[in-house]
Amino acid sequence: MLLKFVFPLLFAAMLTSAFAKEAAPVAADPVAEARLVKLSSELRCLVCQNQTIADSNAELAVDLRNEIREKIQTGMSDAEIKDFMVARYGDFVLYRPPVKNTTLVLWIGPFLLLAVGGGILVFNLRRRRHAGADPELSHDDQALAESLLHTDSTKETT
Amino acid sequence: MKAWYLIPLAVFIAMLVFLGVGLKLDPHEVPSPLIDKPAPVFRLQTLDTPSRLMTSEDMRGQVWLLNVWASWCGGCREEHPVLVEFAKTRAVPIVGLDYKDQPDDARRWLDNLGNPYVTSVSDADGRTGIEFGVYGVPETFVIDKAGIIRHKQIGPITPEVLRDTILPLVKKLNAA
Repeated sequence: MLLKFVFPLLFAAMLTSAFAKEAAPVAADPVAEARLVKLSSELRCLVCQNQTIADSNAELAVDLRNEIREKIQTGMSDAEIKDFMVARYGDFVLYRPPVKNTTLVLWIGPFLLLAVGGGILVFNLRRRRHAGADPELSHDDQALAESLLHTDSTKETT
Repeated sequence: MKAWYLIPLAVFIAMLVFLGVGLKLDPHEVPSPLIDKPAPVFRLQTLDTPSRLMTSEDMRGQVWLLNVWASWCGGCREEHPVLVEFAKTRAVPIVGLDYKDQPDDARRWLDNLGNPYVTSVSDADGRTGIEFGVYGVPETFVIDKAGIIRHKQIGPITPEVLRDTILPLVKKLNAA
């Protein structure tokens, strides 16, 4: 009985306390914790580039989370912490790249493409409208067409 | 009017060019914002005698390389023989930053594989690495006489990189 139930329970308790230990410095201050989560989910982990520092378990991401936590505790603002990261790792750490000369194409490129596509569409539609409705067949043409159709079908049946 | 039919072809070719260039880019090579900025100052224990501290200021006045390495790092093993050979030429002093490593492992590594460094310092908690924007070892910084970072090599140094990039730069900086 003891072996079957108490030990697994004890083991489980040990596990949860181990987890609790890791989260302790964060839970200590819920405001700082919220800021840490928000900040780190806007910063890219450069080791695994499609993950944020908040998501990643890479060692660098863990270190950077600790770094951010410390910076929060020393009273740095979010903007200052982001500047700190950008100064060391470049704009690439930001998931929302800033608007500047080097990122201009990134920001206005899609709108430019949309404008070009829309322009081509409008141009084509206009051109089609100016081409006007289908010209009416002259009497002779109509007769010719009918005779052709007629001969064609008789040929097929014979 | 015929020319209109060439537009999709032109767009296609433009796309091919972009994709072709994109294939050659390594997304892991993120340009460092620290280029042409003063190298972060560090003051760390040396690997061989932990009681002795070394600071980056000690290298002021000479062109030097800061090579970030670790005994757990695969790329460093690949790079190491190149560095050992290069150090023999005495072209430029190489300082090692032993990043997030066990000093014992690191010392054993240097004993077994050779020591290309004038000094190695121990960055056990990786804080100096963060200051330098290190995100993948090995990385190497070329730092000039005034302590300005002039180049960052991401990934292992190869003989080609030494010949084509680092040596010419070191020569230029030494002449300045």
